[in-house]
Amino acid sequence: MATAVAQPVERENYLNKHYGALSWLFTTDHKRIALLYLGSITFFFFIGGFFALLIRLELLTPVGDLVQADTYNKLFTMHGMVMVFFFLIPSIPAVLGNFLVPLMIGAKDLAFPRVNLLSWYLYIIGGTIMLHCMLTGGVDTGWTFYTPFSTAYTNTKIVEAGIAIFIAGFSSILTGLNFVVTIHRMRAPGMTWSRLPLFIWAHYATSIVQLLGTPVIAITIVLVAAERLLHLGIFDPKLGGDPLLFQHLFWFYSHPAVYIMILPSMGVISEVIACYTRKRIFGYKFVALSSIGIAVLGFLVWAHHMFVAGISVYAALVFSLLSYAVGVPSAVKVFNWTATMYKGSIHYDAPMLYAFGFLGLFTIGGLTGLFLACLGVDPHVTDTYFVVAHFHYIMVGGAVMGYLGGMHFWWPKISGRLYPEGWAKLAALIVFIGFNLTFFPQFILGYVGMPRRYYQYPGEFQVLNVLSTAGATVLGIGYLLPMVYFLWSMRYGKPAPDNPWNAAGLEWQTQSPPTTFNFDEEPVVTWEAYNYEQLGDFPPEQEARGV
Amino acid sequence: MSDQAAAAVHAEGHNPALLHHFAEPEQQRDAASLGMWVFLATEVMFFGGLFCAYLIYRLKYFGDFGAASQTLNTALGAANTGVLICSSLTVVVAVWAAQTARRTLLITSLILTLILGFAFLGIKGIEYRDKFVEHHVPGPSFSFDSEPIPGHPGQFANPNHAQIYFALYFVMTGLHAVHMIIGIGIFVWLLALAWKGRLTPEYNTPVEIGGLYWHFVDIIWIYLFPLLYLIDKHK
Repeated sequence: MATAVAQPVERENYLNKHYGALSWLFTTDHKRIALLYLGSITFFFFIGGFFALLIRLELLTPVGDLVQADTYNKLFTMHGMVMVFFFLIPSIPAVLGNFLVPLMIGAKDLAFPRVNLLSWYLYIIGGTIMLHCMLTGGVDTGWTFYTPFSTAYTNTKIVEAGIAIFIAGFSSILTGLNFVVTIHRMRAPGMTWSRLPLFIWAHYATSIVQLLGTPVIAITIVLVAAERLLHLGIFDPKLGGDPLLFQHLFWFYSHPAVYIMILPSMGVISEVIACYTRKRIFGYKFVALSSIGIAVLGFLVWAHHMFVAGISVYAALVFSLLSYAVGVPSAVKVFNWTATMYKGSIHYDAPMLYAFGFLGLFTIGGLTGLFLACLGVDPHVTDTYFVVAHFHYIMVGGAVMGYLGGMHFWWPKISGRLYPEGWAKLAALIVFIGFNLTFFPQFILGYVGMPRRYYQYPGEFQVLNVLSTAGATVLGIGYLLPMVYFLWSMRYGKPAPDNPWNAAGLEWQTQSPPTTFNFDEEPVVTWEAYNYEQLGDFPPEQEARGV
Repeated sequence: MSDQAAAAVHAEGHNPALLHHFAEPEQQRDAASLGMWVFLATEVMFFGGLFCAYLIYRLKYFGDFGAASQTLNTALGAANTGVLICSSLTVVVAVWAAQTARRTLLITSLILTLILGFAFLGIKGIEYRDKFVEHHVPGPSFSFDSEPIPGHPGQFANPNHAQIYFALYFVMTGLHAVHMIIGIGIFVWLLALAWKGRLTPEYNTPVEIGGLYWHFVDIIWIYLFPLLYLIDKHK
């Protein structure tokens, strides 16, 4: 496969089989739906990024000069809501997962193609309502919409934002449902559970979290909306309600939601590291099961978001201990990836650079998570920029790095074109530098006492804030670059061979881009995952690289 | 929610022939059935959040919840429980009739299921109307004055706490009723399929997974009835 050269005449594939807007809007092909999602989440990513830009510009100076307090509250709220619900949660599962899950297990499509399309439409309906909500005033409660502020006091558009998130949540549930059924029932002959790529294991674990967590936030939103519209008192202490109950229900979903973001990213990293070190993943079974372990443990730690909210010390003790336990499967992954690289034949291509970035940033994000899980340290740093830095290291440093790495790794399969390697390496470097410059100063800021969610701050915090804003600018450039050269490569990129990286996995054995039903004949798997010792080395430079 | 349930049914049932991306009918049937079971697991979590809230407040405002529950019409609630249990029987008969090619029995039992579904909603509607008349609907017009707490002579329920009970009552039974309406929609569609002769011993997945959904909605009611109506009947 590695030797296959691009055909002079384009072969029939999923992109050129049908033309016209309707052939996209009514498609049930998982690969086309993945591209529909790619376009929509990119749109929301840049909206969320625009809010982030305004936040960082306001924080350039200690006084509130660019925006007023109310506007600032809305900016960070809308930044959080858009990025969490409309970018991070759908990002890897709905784009790369949609595209790759059937390909990797040798299926023609997901089990329920029409449900898959329905999930995209639900996402678009939710997204449209969210856009309308933002354009007509937005929300100012923070993305956590804590009660009773959200139900009894704020006069912003809580119910509308709630409806948007409710609908987008069901889009997420449908994606998870499709993956679970597909992975159980649609595997090709010979594709046993122990031969599944780790990307599939990660998506299986993610789907479990989506399926069991999302309904709880949905019902919580129903209660918040009912309470706000009818003044019921379910969460309002003045009427006998319990605001802590809201926080429990909210975090029961919203903590595991972090694993919806990070687990698929871990799946990408496993694929990338195996390919660019030319080795089977060290401790395959442990890495596979650690995904399930993270998904299960992730459901048992939610109250570590509530240590200072007034929960009992005994509950806090248990949740603190369980939160530490999440470190175990996470560390299993990091150590096994590192062990995979040991004595591997490492190639420093762009996807691998993102994987390196992921390893370092996820480790920092994870370890600072332990600070926050610690009952003694948490009261000191909670609600400060330390928390902001911590979760951005996981969500942006972890999840987004994995997403970008995966987009580069599979771009030849998705588009049939090679991306420009030099530019891609440069972008990876810019993202890494920009990211650290943005968020590392925030650890220090938080530790010395700068609270989150304020639009003004004392003058002595300015230097670090200026650094952070400068970093955000660099990061923004790093994110724009891939969008530009991916679009460029769709027209001008060198046509990709079927398996440009000489990688293992069924998705590389079909043509680039694949045909509508993925495989000409049903594949039969007779080998273990990551059989790189049989595949030999990376293809020589000129053959695989674009331009 | 419903859309998914309907869509899950729909994805399978629209084309009686084997869909192109499945290797064999058995795989297609297994996938549909697993899909519905997984969907029902999400439904358990969906209602689970409400049951959790109910549990917290029942323990916190024990007497007030008892007092509030005594204002419900237990006879109508029990009648509705009977209606749903009967409808589960007619659903099972429908599945069996489809598997054994008894077309008349299939259509009869589907129609009976629909009648029982409408009967449930009708009775529920009467109960809701009574609550409106008594000003027990949470909101600005809510009133729950001087209602004695059962077992504690001389003590009266706190209207705010009773309002939480009624809020949960309306959200839980309302959500259940929404599921009933969706179920009725699914069964109307099944009836159309049966009428056209599309449900055969070889292909009856829609009635099977539609039945799973119906049973699930029944089971939710089996939990709602004692929690909302019967908690203080022993006093």
